[in-house]
Amino acid sequence: MVGGASAAQPRRASLTTPSDLLQRFNNAVKRQILSLQEFFVLAGKAIGFIFARPFYGGDVVQQMDAIGVQSLAIVLLTGFFTGMVLALQSSVQLKTFGATMYIGRLVAASMIRELGPVLAGLMVAGRVGSGIAAQLGSMRVTEQIDALNTLGTDPIKKLVTPRVLAALIMVPTLTIINDLAGILGGNVIAKAYVGIPTSLYWRTVWEQIAAGGFALKYVPHDFVHGLVKPFVFGGIISLVGCHFGLKTSGGTEGVGIATTRTVVTASILILVVDYFITQLLLAFLGS
Amino acid sequence: MTDREERRITPPRGPDDPTAPETPLRRPGDDERVRRAIRSAIEADAGPLPPPPANTMEFKAMNVIALDHIYLAFDEPILEDVSLTAKAGETVAVLGESGTGKSTILKLLLRLLVPERGRVFVDGEEITQLNFDRALKVRQKMGMVFQGAALFDSMTVYENVAYPLREHTHLSEEEIETRVREKLDFVDLDPDKVMDQTPAELSGGMKKRVGIARGMANNPHIMLYDEPTSGLDPLTTGTITHLILKLQRELGATSVVVTHDVRSAFRMASKIAVLANRKIHFFGTPEELTGSDDPYLRDFLGGF
Repeated sequence: MVGGASAAQPRRASLTTPSDLLQRFNNAVKRQILSLQEFFVLAGKAIGFIFARPFYGGDVVQQMDAIGVQSLAIVLLTGFFTGMVLALQSSVQLKTFGATMYIGRLVAASMIRELGPVLAGLMVAGRVGSGIAAQLGSMRVTEQIDALNTLGTDPIKKLVTPRVLAALIMVPTLTIINDLAGILGGNVIAKAYVGIPTSLYWRTVWEQIAAGGFALKYVPHDFVHGLVKPFVFGGIISLVGCHFGLKTSGGTEGVGIATTRTVVTASILILVVDYFITQLLLAFLGS
Repeated sequence: MTDREERRITPPRGPDDPTAPETPLRRPGDDERVRRAIRSAIEADAGPLPPPPANTMEFKAMNVIALDHIYLAFDEPILEDVSLTAKAGETVAVLGESGTGKSTILKLLLRLLVPERGRVFVDGEEITQLNFDRALKVRQKMGMVFQGAALFDSMTVYENVAYPLREHTHLSEEEIETRVREKLDFVDLDPDKVMDQTPAELSGGMKKRVGIARGMANNPHIMLYDEPTSGLDPLTTGTITHLILKLQRELGATSVVVTHDVRSAFRMASKIAVLANRKIHFFGTPEELTGSDDPYLRDFLGGF
């Protein structure tokens, strides 16, 4: 078309001219940038509405239940088994050096700083992020979002803000539970397989936490690492879910696409952002 | 070159487009100064601007609802030069084939969409330029009945009908319950039976009724209906049509009904608009429509 394709040429041929490809590439890039812009606008509004009336307290509690309480089982399970496998693997490695008594330190360090937040984040992204996208997506395609607008309610305030707030509170909470379950799992293996007494195990865990240093005199750096991350992950999961959910188009198929995109995008973002947060915190805290 | 390609190459809007209606191109982001200048120019009925329709003042004063030379496009044009008016208490039925942009007209009136050119008036107030918060306020004047009812499926029937009351009024819980019962009664549903049910438990016709009850809960003076009778059996279609007529009589609301059901349109409407090819093909009374010898209209009305 732009390249001078005549009306007689089939449509397919006209799509492969270089300028047309360039045009399509250009459009695709623009769409992505627009989507990114929409994401940040959504994030700004959702967070701004946390402090603005009217408050939908009931919705926040409901979402805390959906995001937090109902994810408890999977988080406990993943935490426990991760702790167990960590203890098992490290017992093999540490045995070579005769250092099996340090299992506790290893499990605590990995769980609190990295595995706890990231695993909880990924599990919640899979369970909750997809749920948010599917719910908002089907509300979009059945015109319920339009209905909210029509009834004079801002859908971002009513739907997005409660989810974001709930995730900001519940993902760190789940992470703490995940960490504890992991360390407990390590404890079981350390005692059953390696024969390390529980008291020694927990003492080494605490030594590890204390060895990282303290922020504000009393807050171990490990805890800062372990709580800043899930807080950010909670924001990522809920906002990505809401963004793709609200953008859904194309009926039930669109809902499926929105769900998949949410899980993929949120998971990748969690892993990427994790690296940068770690880098930043190490720079600020020194350890 | 296909028709579709041609449209994409030559964007139908823009200063060079000779077919563009001569209304100023404005968007929600335009700054207040320009807006005020334009408004004062219109009110003074003079100025260097492209002339607004000659009857602007009349347009604003007499019509509860008015679309003025609307042009709307996404990837391709949806509506071109669409004008419509509804005076207080009137019912305008918008007829047209599927996919002609009928429902889009309702979204424009609710300011869920903003036209690229042209203006939308509700109660004499131009709503095209309003910011989000002001638009929410304007929407409270209107009750909308969605095609698929669009009931909130996480809420019960009671909560659905009570929703607009809880959001925008300071009624006590008892007053809300009285109002909800009254509205459910009005749409011929037994409040005690349906109030605690969820939308998923209702039949299509019942959902529509609850949708109407929710739309009218706040006693709006403008009612909008999107395909109120689509997907219903002939008997239920009759009762829903009857219900809308009853509602108009009691509420005295100005209504816009988007439908492809010619029969119910003739029963309800004081004016009918026929959309074809993205344009208003006909706008007038039902009598004028039946009297028309336009071949498309005769075809469209078929055996009616």
